[in-house]
Amino acid sequence: MPPKLMMKATLTVVALLSATPALAERLLVSNEKDNTITVVDAGSLAVIKTVKVGARPRGITLSKDGKALYICTSDADHIEVLDLASLTVTRTLPSGPDPELFTLSPDGKTLYVSNENDNMVSVLDITSGRIATEIPVGVEPEGMGISPDGKILVNTSETTSMAHFIDTQTHAVLANVLVGSRPRVAQWTKDGSLVWVSAEVGGTVSIIDAAQRKVIQTIRFEIPGVPKESIQPVGIQLTADGNTAFVALGPANRVAVIDTHSYQVKKYLLVGQRVWNLAFSGDGKRLYTTNGVSNDLSVIDVDALKVVKSVPVGRLPWGVVVAP
Amino acid sequence: MSNRRHGLIGVFLAGLLMAGPVAHAAPPAKAPDTKPDPAKADPVANIAYLALTQKRVLPLSFLDQPPDDDGVQGARLALADNTTTGRFIHQAYHLEEALEPDADAVVAAFKRLVAQGYRAFVTDVPADLLLRLADLAEAKDATLLDATTTDDALRGDKCRRNVLHLLPSRAMLADALMQYLAVKNWRDILLVAGPNPEDKLYADALRKSARKFRLKIVADKPWTYDPGARRTDTGHYAIGAEVARFTQGLKYDVLVVADEGDNFGDELGYRATDPRPVAGTQGLVPAAWARPFEQWGATQLQARFLKQTGRWMTERDYGAWMAVRALGEAATRGGSVEGAAMTAYLRKPEFELAAFKGARLSFRGWDGQLRQPVLLADARSLVSVSPQPGFLHETSELDTLGTDQPETTCHPS
Repeated sequence: MPPKLMMKATLTVVALLSATPALAERLLVSNEKDNTITVVDAGSLAVIKTVKVGARPRGITLSKDGKALYICTSDADHIEVLDLASLTVTRTLPSGPDPELFTLSPDGKTLYVSNENDNMVSVLDITSGRIATEIPVGVEPEGMGISPDGKILVNTSETTSMAHFIDTQTHAVLANVLVGSRPRVAQWTKDGSLVWVSAEVGGTVSIIDAAQRKVIQTIRFEIPGVPKESIQPVGIQLTADGNTAFVALGPANRVAVIDTHSYQVKKYLLVGQRVWNLAFSGDGKRLYTTNGVSNDLSVIDVDALKVVKSVPVGRLPWGVVVAP
Repeated sequence: MSNRRHGLIGVFLAGLLMAGPVAHAAPPAKAPDTKPDPAKADPVANIAYLALTQKRVLPLSFLDQPPDDDGVQGARLALADNTTTGRFIHQAYHLEEALEPDADAVVAAFKRLVAQGYRAFVTDVPADLLLRLADLAEAKDATLLDATTTDDALRGDKCRRNVLHLLPSRAMLADALMQYLAVKNWRDILLVAGPNPEDKLYADALRKSARKFRLKIVADKPWTYDPGARRTDTGHYAIGAEVARFTQGLKYDVLVVADEGDNFGDELGYRATDPRPVAGTQGLVPAAWARPFEQWGATQLQARFLKQTGRWMTERDYGAWMAVRALGEAATRGGSVEGAAMTAYLRKPEFELAAFKGARLSFRGWDGQLRQPVLLADARSLVSVSPQPGFLHETSELDTLGTDQPETTCHPS
């Protein structure tokens, strides 16, 4: 960030916000319809730059060193690497057809990519830029979550409605766990004991015991005045202390706040329209949501459980990542 | 993809060669990832696809020729989807295709398949033949998943216990359109109905729906004009003059047409005396599936279908896809590939089908109709999806489309 902007950001933050995020943080949002990444200063919540990328950017994730953003440009059938210093695309990686989502191995060397049109998970070696192997999975692979120790990959397949547990050493599928219809996001708990899986059409979140590979709990949602068809869980984030989960409920325009011990919904936070994915600020004090229909980002104060601001971004914002 | 296509052909050939329900499916295109016990083959879900192969009449526009394999291609794609899912839980699928040239051959094929043990039938047959099948003694323990009709009578007075319907009924299509017109506040309708029996049924559904949503049909006119040789160099003069004359002196917001055979509806737009949009069977069309539809992951289904067949998915393909996928979902969730168990699961309250509409679809208990959102699209764009916001229902907003439980005339003995 140029020094001048940094100054401005600092001042604005102090003036406006009590839950102050780390100063230099930036939010990166993929806009599926605009073919852009919106870069937002986390302090001022002002848009710093809109970067043109390949067609239909959806899943995004940071490199291990935090210096680059990997982007699934689905309709361009590859992955682009956005250098976060220059904010330019510096490299293109193969992905297999129609990459939608991916997850980075904890050592930062491998990207596991879901190829939505091909019933495959591609294993991409980032250094060599080559696809090491492909793992056949269910119809329309989507969500990707890797265990904290990097040993187990969970992939969800939308039409098959399963979470596939994959050994990252042998690439063998160890178990297939049936979850709600059209599963989307797979999120591991920090201790690696559980996997939370959202089901968009089923309207549920399944909690899978990672050792037994069985569903131990199914969370359902009910919001007065909201038709049950509109409740479509997608993005999931768990707080660092593991006590609270946030689940984006799509066209219900709400984020559910869940006690992870009782699995009870404590609160529904009204955000923008068709809320899709979520990301915490580095200090965990804020939660950002992408809202695909209202084309904005909602900012949630995590302690107060209040929506404090919305930030207009590009059209059909899909993913959000916080860069240090 | 080429692998999967070979796999499909393999399954198809196996079906042709074997006399009864197959004990083993053709090997999946890719080796299964979980290691099944080689001594024990996966149990097979046997599904029959029963169709009357009708030579369909050419539509008005030569741009969209009816494919000769629509319907069955949707079933084949769903079979591939089911097979991919099944290999993870050791369930295999077989689709037995019986595409017959006349009604008697369809009945004979049905009896033969029932004798072989088939209980789950996906049908692509007209209403009268569907009833003939459903009333056979052999059909007592079978379930017919009607993949292609829209007849309200089959969901009403003539409903049968052993029939489920995948595509929206005409009443649902009409309600989907009328809700949209109500939201737009286009309240005065010029209704133009074609001469064929299906046109009359579609027009009846529109009239009923207009009353339900308090829209006004200001004029209700039959279309009888036959312009003869359209392709002559002056064909457009005649039709332009006729439509202008037909619409002269009428005050309305929208022209709604009932022309299921695509015989004249496309020639009403731009030619009326006043500039008014066209909706119904042409123009803005309520439908279960449409080419421009890409929401809720539909892009993936469109792409898979295009790759398999080299053409666009039709509504009939989609109906058949939903039918075979519904049986797959029943086998997966219910844990049994037995025909009777799968078809029983379809009727359970926990059954739900994801079919790229952003909602969970299920069969209405009172008439066997699959409740579902209805698209509103023209040839090149998706305009809206009904139910429209604000049309409320105490159990499911999807039940604001079509015949709801209190109004049903379906009381099978």
